[in-house]
Amino acid sequence: MADTKTRQEESGAGRRRTIPGLSSAFIFVILAGLVIAFSIVEGTAFLSAENFVTIAEDASELLLLAVGVTFVIITAGIDLSVGSILVLSSVIAAQTMVALSGTPEQVRNYQFPNQEVGIPVGIAAGLLVGLACGFINGLLVTKLKLTPFIATLGTLGIFLGTAQILSGGTNVPYVPTAVQSEIGTRDLLGFLPVPIAIGLVVVIVAILALHLTQFGRYTYAIGSNAEAARRVGINVDRHLLKVYTLSGFLAGLAGIIDVARFNTASVGAHTLDNLAAISAAVIGGTSLFGGIGTIVGTLVGTFIPAVLRNGFIIAGVQAFWQEVAIGIVLLLAVFIDQRRRSAEERM
Amino acid sequence: MHENGSRGGPERDGPLLSARGIDKSFGAVQALKGVDFEVRPGEVVALIGDNGAGKSTLINVITGVFPPDSGEIVFEGERVEFASPHDARERGIEAVYQDLAVAPQLDAVANIFLGRERRMGRILGRLGFLDQQRMRRETEEQLEELHVRIPDPAKPLSTFSGGQRQGVAVARAVMWASKVVIMDEPTAALGVAQAGMVLNLVRRVRQTGIPVVFISHNMPQVFDVADRVVVLRLGEVVAELDPEKASTDEAVAAMTGSLREEGSA
Repeated sequence: MADTKTRQEESGAGRRRTIPGLSSAFIFVILAGLVIAFSIVEGTAFLSAENFVTIAEDASELLLLAVGVTFVIITAGIDLSVGSILVLSSVIAAQTMVALSGTPEQVRNYQFPNQEVGIPVGIAAGLLVGLACGFINGLLVTKLKLTPFIATLGTLGIFLGTAQILSGGTNVPYVPTAVQSEIGTRDLLGFLPVPIAIGLVVVIVAILALHLTQFGRYTYAIGSNAEAARRVGINVDRHLLKVYTLSGFLAGLAGIIDVARFNTASVGAHTLDNLAAISAAVIGGTSLFGGIGTIVGTLVGTFIPAVLRNGFIIAGVQAFWQEVAIGIVLLLAVFIDQRRRSAEERM
Repeated sequence: MHENGSRGGPERDGPLLSARGIDKSFGAVQALKGVDFEVRPGEVVALIGDNGAGKSTLINVITGVFPPDSGEIVFEGERVEFASPHDARERGIEAVYQDLAVAPQLDAVANIFLGRERRMGRILGRLGFLDQQRMRRETEEQLEELHVRIPDPAKPLSTFSGGQRQGVAVARAVMWASKVVIMDEPTAALGVAQAGMVLNLVRRVRQTGIPVVFISHNMPQVFDVADRVVVLRLGEVVAELDPEKASTDEAVAAMTGSLREEGSA
């Protein structure tokens, strides 16, 4: 029996080896196809530098969440709490800015005499909250040995609930307008909005970290075979703690961008961001079984829904159709991933 | 049981590693009962026995997967207590586990260097950047030296055949083992040709002077490759055979308990 198995493996090896590249090539084709289709149908309304900047700006927050979640999923984990971390970070950042930028009386009249202190401290507070939330997720997974799904499902509720308690369930008002004018809507070098620039930096650093460093190597190794990683002396728990903390930090950073873009902390706007981030990673070829995934894939996986949404809006298609289309792309991506997996495991 | 006083290493031709009076129980099951086992320089010692005889338990005790209930392990003339397989590795004892402790989604280079990655020089290295080219070159040299043929060291192991994967696992153990290589049923999942490749690997390791502990069920393979055969039965060493003189029938008899004579070699 072992013999016939072996022979099948060897005859199948050549064909199978071409499959791992398939899903990433496939999503590139989908994205390119969407861009071409919308360009033909909608002309310059879609195919213009301004519109592409709009798409990228709208995708920037989700991109940060998806990059963080990609690291987590490659370790064979999951982070359902990133949307809640985004909201909690943005609420605390916004409230800190409001509290420090002037007296309650002053800020109600949109006067922010102290905003030079308030804004940076608020940003730092938001980032710290993201870091802390991710660290808590990491502790739950590594110390309490909760499965990542349950751990982050629990903290999803805790973080979002905390944000709602702090904000009274409403958007945080009286955020210094300089946040928006100086950061959220500012163009670097006259053309590059800050949210896109941050997204670009994060993507580049993430690509380097995941594909060229020991940190990335351990991330893949743990997702591929945690026991093998342990046996060669890799401190698996410590690494997972770092990965969940990274995911929390990026969600915190997305929260800051959210405050800067909209000049408020939106408590109700991000309830499905976690699933959107996970599906971006999965569409991009990251395997929920761990050990497989790329940042470039996640980038493409983030832009497929973003381009669809934008193209549909310009075409005047009912918004509900985008959800249908995104769902179909997600199912296709997972189907291809599973076929690839079962082909590998046949050996 | 005496301690070897000198820390400078074993006397010539003395055992490199010896386990003495090892007991190990799991609940009510006594897996090992006063087992004495030694590994001498440059030999291939086969450890055989039926399922549940205690072969893997003994290996796990020796490599620090779990501690013995009583007994001691002396390595290079010094009593050792490995807290984990990692500790054993740091002393030059490498194991190829039965369940293939490789990461299938990583390539051969990443697997061989897993946990021992080479970093770039200077600042990039301190930032954690890996020296991929150097690792790849060293992997190719190692595989070449051991005559392990794989399609492409940059492809994930999941795309390899079982024999090729085992080849990578063995190459990794041999690359880092400076003292002892332990192989737990390395041929169990393999076809005839692939098993032959692994046996050739065992011989090549012996040529380098590093002793190999070879655990197997397969009598022809054991008698083919081993210099000495130790038979475990129900947690006890029941025979030690010289494959030159003993027959496979004797080994099977010892394994199954129809032979009662101990230490016939």
